[in-house]
Amino acid sequence: MRKVAVIGVGQSKFGELWDYSFRDIVLSAGIEAIEDAGLEGREIEAMYIGNMSGGRFLAQEHIAALIADYSGLAELHIPSTRVEGADASGGLALRQAYLAVASGLHDIVIAAGAEKVTDVGEKAVEILSSGLDREWEVFNGVTLASLFAIIARLHMDKYGTRAEDLAMISVKNHKNAVRNPKAQFKREISIDVALSSPYVAEPLRVFDCAPVSDGAAVIVLASEEVARKYTDTPIYISASAQATDYIALSSRRDFTTMDAVVFAAREAYKKAGIEPKDIDVAEVHDSFTIAELLAYEDLGFVEKGKGAELIREGVTELDGELPVNPSGGLKACGHAAGATGIRQAVEITLQLRGEAKGRQVDAETGLTMNIGGTGATAVVTIFRR
Amino acid sequence: MVGIVSYGTYIPIYRIKTEEIARIWGENGETISKGLGVKQKSIPNLDEDTATIAVEAAREAVYRAKIDPTHIDAIYVGSESHPYAVKPTATIVGEALEVGNYYFAADLEFACKAGTAGIQICYSMVKSDMIRYGVAIGADTSQGAPGDALEYSASAGGAAYIIGKKGVIAEIIKTVSFTSDTPDFWRREGKPYPKHGGRFTGQPAYFRHITSAAEKIMEELDLKPSDFNYAVFHQPNGKFPVRVAKMLGFSKEQISPGLVVPYIGNTYSGSSLIGLAATLDIAKTDELILLVSFGSGAGSDAFVLRVTDEIENFERKPGVWEKIEKGVFVDYGMYVKLRRKIKMGD
Amino acid sequence: MLPRFWRKIKYRYNLIGTKCENCNTYYYPPRNLCPKCRRKSKIVEVKFSGKGEVLSYSVIHEAPENMKDQKPYIVALIKLEEGPIITAQLVCDSSEVKKGMKVKAVFRKCGEEGSAGVIYYCTKFVPENL
Repeated sequence: MRKVAVIGVGQSKFGELWDYSFRDIVLSAGIEAIEDAGLEGREIEAMYIGNMSGGRFLAQEHIAALIADYSGLAELHIPSTRVEGADASGGLALRQAYLAVASGLHDIVIAAGAEKVTDVGEKAVEILSSGLDREWEVFNGVTLASLFAIIARLHMDKYGTRAEDLAMISVKNHKNAVRNPKAQFKREISIDVALSSPYVAEPLRVFDCAPVSDGAAVIVLASEEVARKYTDTPIYISASAQATDYIALSSRRDFTTMDAVVFAAREAYKKAGIEPKDIDVAEVHDSFTIAELLAYEDLGFVEKGKGAELIREGVTELDGELPVNPSGGLKACGHAAGATGIRQAVEITLQLRGEAKGRQVDAETGLTMNIGGTGATAVVTIFRR
Repeated sequence: MVGIVSYGTYIPIYRIKTEEIARIWGENGETISKGLGVKQKSIPNLDEDTATIAVEAAREAVYRAKIDPTHIDAIYVGSESHPYAVKPTATIVGEALEVGNYYFAADLEFACKAGTAGIQICYSMVKSDMIRYGVAIGADTSQGAPGDALEYSASAGGAAYIIGKKGVIAEIIKTVSFTSDTPDFWRREGKPYPKHGGRFTGQPAYFRHITSAAEKIMEELDLKPSDFNYAVFHQPNGKFPVRVAKMLGFSKEQISPGLVVPYIGNTYSGSSLIGLAATLDIAKTDELILLVSFGSGAGSDAFVLRVTDEIENFERKPGVWEKIEKGVFVDYGMYVKLRRKIKMGD
Repeated sequence: MLPRFWRKIKYRYNLIGTKCENCNTYYYPPRNLCPKCRRKSKIVEVKFSGKGEVLSYSVIHEAPENMKDQKPYIVALIKLEEGPIITAQLVCDSSEVKKGMKVKAVFRKCGEEGSAGVIYYCTKFVPENL
């Protein structure tokens, strides 16, 4: 397998983008990435696009051809493929693009992620629940938030995690987002505000839940040789790993561990030849605050049950030993379903390049972790300068 | 011998007091409660309807009967609040009971006596050896228009009876019906609430039909009120059954075990059948029971039942009165939510 | 949705799941293949007693469109006495519910496709002492 580098990144603003269509936001991210890579466009050999539910958010399938077309690539006739794994779609697209370059099939490949959710109004939350087991979970009345709430309650019972710990994660992510011009919520919140916000699904409150956002992110991957022609600061993907688990939470081995994350992380560390302690910065899937806390444990940053210690001790703060979600994460930067996995990779690339401006951390090795639904799909990617 | 092999009942957990309803309409709750003989009534939960009540009652009956559900060859569900105007409740019950697919089924409607009409159908089918066991259910989530007198009594509940030849706990000795075209109470197609003829529902409707059916069956069997251990009359409120008992010559003691309406309201198709269940809960071998239902429109089905010694080994717990006592009281606001009287957004 | 629901009525109206006779593991929802035995799976249908206990739960305040009139309502992970853990609604007051609570299955309405549409029924749970 060949070494693969990120040579360009771009991202639309995340949030409620009333003025912009699906095509508009994908294009804005795409143009930024192409410019960042210094490409003309003709060099692109293939595209992989993460999109969770164009069919239900936009009544638009055939997303891959649509995006290739509006990216001005129709007459190049390149292969363009949509990849879906609920809100891990972006992470999966990144992995497919990585494999296409690593295998030697292509030299320059686009990995994109895009979702336009605000056109369907309140239905968006219900559509996001299609990443769960529709027949045996959603039909029985569960929501995505309620399943994470069930996990949170078990973690609290078993390990003494408190609502305050979860709120601190939200506070941290909001604080980070203030320094991210592309973030949806650029305002700090206090722990009291988080803890007094209304319940969504007990014990999770409004500030424990990521928003449902519009957004797109694009990265350009190239083989090591080709990358050198385009950039002086290539960021290498040193491992990409993916794992699955039972789709329904109720079937899982342990409700407070995401085995798919554990397995993907283990394989990624092995491939990269590193250990969890070698990670300097991480973007993890905090669709709910409890998910970030589980990520601390399942990625091996701390032993099982002690996730709360990392937030209590400030380890994962921007100025901590291991900053997590410097972008503001899904909670405050925004969660645009299929775009999230790519957006995380954009952030880590910027951090490793030293281009993260006001939220820059000191890092050589970074990690992204993207999950679908309650963790039936997990993708872990490790990046190095 | 053809008769009742088993029975089961279901009463939703929520209750509202007559005073609470009266408070909203500026009426004197105590006066109304005394006048109607209804202290409180049952309310279905948001996820309960006639089908769920019918299933729960029928499941209890099948469990107590200890019979193979595939031996049930007929299901009739009587109600004036079937969840669908077109599409049977009986098939939902059949599927939930796992009776298989070869069974006779239909929904019945005859105001408050559709359940006893179902018993008559099952009785004839068993007697003619068309079927082994038949399930007759009377269940309702009845509606009274807000502010109408019916709002104080229209409630929810149901009872299921398994009719057969084997393991009979109460033999059906005879049944007769008295029927006439008397529009005392009705609900037109597509209308949410019924209308009624006020005091016309009394003498020409309830009293005439019940007394005629009761007198006819006693005459044919050469029985008099004092021959019976118990009597159960349809219970639209707490007053009518007491008065009709007196008119026919039955004592308070004979009717009181089955007089459930003061505590759960009028469960319509379930009403006399829950009353019968409460009576069977305490009945002993060889005791004689008179059951007379009444359905507006109008008709009364009378039954004479003789309890057999099979009842001694029959599982009767939890009893009807135990279920009645388990109520959780709610205020009118909650009642309005539970009965879906709030206009929700689309 | 209609045929999709109808197809599985048997498993929704009653708690009918599956058992792998090769490893004696019970499953609900039903599975066509045992994840432990795969090709050696010997799947048979079984009816569960409907008794179980609450492992964890959540009171839902932000409800999907078709459940809005029922909020707040409770969903729970329930461990059936035969072993499998299932996701279901728990019908009781939210102040009553607690971990380890014994529950039993009941037949309830689960939803409807608008006021003119088909009604769906399913199995939910209530406290065992009810």
